[in-house]
Formats: sequence, C-alpha cells, structure tokens
Amino acid sequence: MLRIRNLRSGYGSLEVIKGISLHVERGEIVALIGANGAGKSSLLASIVGLLPPWGGSIVLDGREIFGIPAWRCVSHGVVLVPEGRQLFPDLSVRDNLVVGGYRNKDRNLDIDQVLERFPRLRERSAQMAGTLSGGEQQMLAIARALVARPRLLLLDEPSMGLAPLIVKDVFAIIRGLRDLGTTVFLVEQNAVMALAAADRGYVLETGEVVMEGRGADLMTNPDVKCAYLGKASKEIWE
Amino acid sequence: MVGLSQVLQYIMSGVTVGSIYAIVAIGFNIIYGTTGIINFAQGEFVMLGGMIAVTLASFMPLPVAVAGAVLLVMLCSGALEIFIFRRLRRPSLLQMIIITIGLSIVIQEVALHIWDEKVRSLPYFTGNECSSVRLLGAGLSPQVFWVLGTVGVTVTVLHGFLRYTIIGKAMRACASNVSAAQLAGINVANMRTLAFMVSGALGALGGCVISPITMTQYDMGTSLAIKGFAAAILGGLGNHMAAVPAGLLVGLAESVSVYFLPAAYKDAMAFAILLLVLFVRPHGLFGAPEVGTSSREF
Repeated sequence: MLRIRNLRSGYGSLEVIKGISLHVERGEIVALIGANGAGKSSLLASIVGLLPPWGGSIVLDGREIFGIPAWRCVSHGVVLVPEGRQLFPDLSVRDNLVVGGYRNKDRNLDIDQVLERFPRLRERSAQMAGTLSGGEQQMLAIARALVARPRLLLLDEPSMGLAPLIVKDVFAIIRGLRDLGTTVFLVEQNAVMALAAADRGYVLETGEVVMEGRGADLMTNPDVKCAYLGKASKEIWE
Repeated sequence: MVGLSQVLQYIMSGVTVGSIYAIVAIGFNIIYGTTGIINFAQGEFVMLGGMIAVTLASFMPLPVAVAGAVLLVMLCSGALEIFIFRRLRRPSLLQMIIITIGLSIVIQEVALHIWDEKVRSLPYFTGNECSSVRLLGAGLSPQVFWVLGTVGVTVTVLHGFLRYTIIGKAMRACASNVSAAQLAGINVANMRTLAFMVSGALGALGGCVISPITMTQYDMGTSLAIKGFAAAILGGLGNHMAAVPAGLLVGLAESVSVYFLPAAYKDAMAFAILLLVLFVRPHGLFGAPEVGTSSREF
C-alpha cells in the first residue's frame, strides 16, 4: 500500500532522514520504533508533506505522493495523528471532528459512527477540546483522523504523556482499527506496546532503518531487547 | 447638570463611532487569527470603502454603489494577500507590522492622488443632515440607526458563519492550530486569502455606513486603525466577538471624555485604554491567557 524508497529529508542543512526504505501492506499494523531523535516524527512529517522531503520516493497505491502539500494528503487517504495530539483546543469536541472531516462529504454520518465508538467523546461533544484529559485528547485526535476516512492512518507517539492504563486503552483502539479496514503505521518510543500491537516492525537509528521483522520476532531479538525494551519488558512479557 | 436627553446623545454618538471601531477590531482579529498578521492597513479598508462608494454613487444608485465598493475592497484586500503576504517566507512579526504600516501609507498616497484632500461623504441613507429621530428627548440622526443596524446584522451574520458553517469552522481551526488544519485537508493559504477578503469587506461596509456622519478623507484610516487596534486588544486579540463590546467601550470613552476633558483629549482616550490594558490585562478583558496552549499540555 505504502512504499517508501530511499527517502531523505531534514531541516535546513541537517539531514535527519538518511535514505529510509520501508513498506506497509494493506490491513497491516506496522510499528516504527526508535530512540528520541532517531527521526521518527520527521519521517511521518515528510510522508505527509509537513516537512518537505529532499529526495527518494513515496508511493501510495501506485501513485507517487512525494512532496505533495500537507493539505492534499487527506484526499489521497493518508491522515496523520500528530505528536502531542495537536487538537483545536478552542473548538468543541464535535467541531474538532467536523473539521477533521473537512474533505469528507458524508462527515455527519461518519461523526455519528465515530462517536458511537468513543462514547466518552459523545458525552463531551459540546465541551472545548482543550478541557479534555490527556487520554480523551488522544482519543479525540484519533477520532478526528477517522472522520477523514483514512485508508492509511499514521500515528505519531500515541502513548506519549499518558498514564499506563490509558496507554492500554489507546492501543486497544489501535488494534480495533484493523476491523475498520484501516491500515496503521505507528511510530513509538514505547517499543513494548508498539511491537505487541504490530504485525511488523522497523527499528530506526539516527535516520536509518537498522532492523526489520515481525513484531513478535523483534520483541525477542536480543539487540532490540537490550536497546529499547529494557529490563521492565522482562517482567511484563516473560 | 446634564439632562437625560444629553446623556443619551453622548451615549448614542459614542456607540455609533464605537461600532465602527468594533468593525475595524473584528477585521484585525480575523486576519490575526488566521494569518498571525496584525494588519495596520485595516483602517484603509474603511477609507477605501467610503471613497469608492462616494465615487460610484455619483453615477449609480446608492445601494448599488455601496455593494460595489464593498466588493471592490474585498477583491483588493484578497489581492494584497495573494500578491504580497503569500510571497513572504516565514516573516517575523516585526517585518509583518512594518509591511502593513508601509502598505497603509502606500494606500493613503494612492487615495490622495485619486481623490485629493477633499473631505467627501455619502448622502444620508434616509432623510438628510437635518432630519432627526426623537428618542427619549434626544434628537438622533437616522443614519445612527443605519450604522447600528448594519453593524449588528453584519456581526451576527459573521458570528453565524464562524460558528455554524464548515468554512467558518475551518477558519477557526486555522487560527487554532495551523499544521493540524493542514492535516485535516484545509488549504491554509486560501483560508488566509478568505480572511483578508472578509476583513476588507467588513471594513468597507463600515466605511460606507459611517461616511455620512464622520465624512471620508484619504487619511482617516490611520486613526481608525489605532482605535480599532485598541478595541481589539481590549477585547483580547483573536477574540472576534469580544471586539464588539470593546469597540463600543472605546467609542463611549471617547464621547464621554468630551464632557469631562478638553475635546483635544478625545483622540488620546484610545491610547490611554490601549496602554492601560497592556499594563493591567494584556490578554484583554475577555481573553483567557491560557487559550491556545492547552493542547500542548498533558
């Protein structure tokens, strides 16, 4: 579905993405893990055009989407849930969803469906988005993206800043997206949760993919374990 | 002692100019909200609206002239965004302010060449300068009601547009978070042009309705921009609807000051309010200081 070849990108003269190649197949959940500063968010920003890529190719369903402006991405079926939610804090929860479906003619229908999936948001639909709790904000960010009817959903650090229990909820939602027919590419520092939810995973180090494989395999890989999962993973997964 | 009718007269004249300040302030807010630009050429839209309407009214019926003036100014301000502001790559706030002040000077000079220094005015929409409506003993020009009515209707329509239409919501989304708005598929550049057009049209309409009362001259824009800016700051920059009471307050303060202070201090009132607000409550009377930052917190 998504094929990235030799993608390079960066800020000013600083190259942050140094020739990344990866692919995401329809219906998959693919996780990209890596340390802070490895270039995870920059990769997503380059895919959607928020950060103009330097070179390489990004092909979505056979169509080159390299370098298209960010606002056109939605029309191609690619929607990013950005790092730190990036809601419209002074718009109501419902209006956040309405704006999320800006390019979707049947947005009202989709909003009703999304609110059914997220009853918490329905209860708060008239509330300003800025007044929601962290977990609710993350749910709203995902819900807002869903109203745009993405074929490929990009998630940037969905677990960031959330309490562990809420993180579990959020990942349950992400796994549930598969049933909707949405393909998910997520980027996470929380490698344990990300790999557990993913079919396949990539490991990113200073702008390059250093490892790839099935989620379960990566999780048991000694190098990955040592570098990203830490001791805590032993207690959880063994 | 002043009688009730005199107080009413002061209040009504304050509210009338105040409503024009409110229009200018809303213009400031719309452009600031969507583009981050503080457009000091805002007052020129008011002047252009009045001037163009005066010229058009000489050979076409008044309502058509007013509509034509509003349309023309709307197109001009849209063109300003497309040909100037869109071309600038990440300008700083200071650059923007200097550019808009420069623009306002250019527009004034052009207006001076086209319309010279003469003070012009549109005819009264109904009646003439002598006709007056009696209200609780005070004599009011019917034009006052035209101004208040027009401003009231415009503000209501604008409010409805921003609150209930998808384009209006998208505009507020751009003001709230630009990159998230882009990710939702909103063409932010076009929204900015739209913001300039709405702002220009608002200003021009205000310039037309107020013209019979305050007259129109090529350099009227500067003081309007400053007073409108004071109103925008008083209401809280970016807060569209708070600009209305804020504008009325500035207008009232001016007209009431004439009673207590020498008339020369009238124009200083807006500055006094501006400074006071900046010292005491920089986020405005109705603005919340934390708005816009909450999404970045946990």
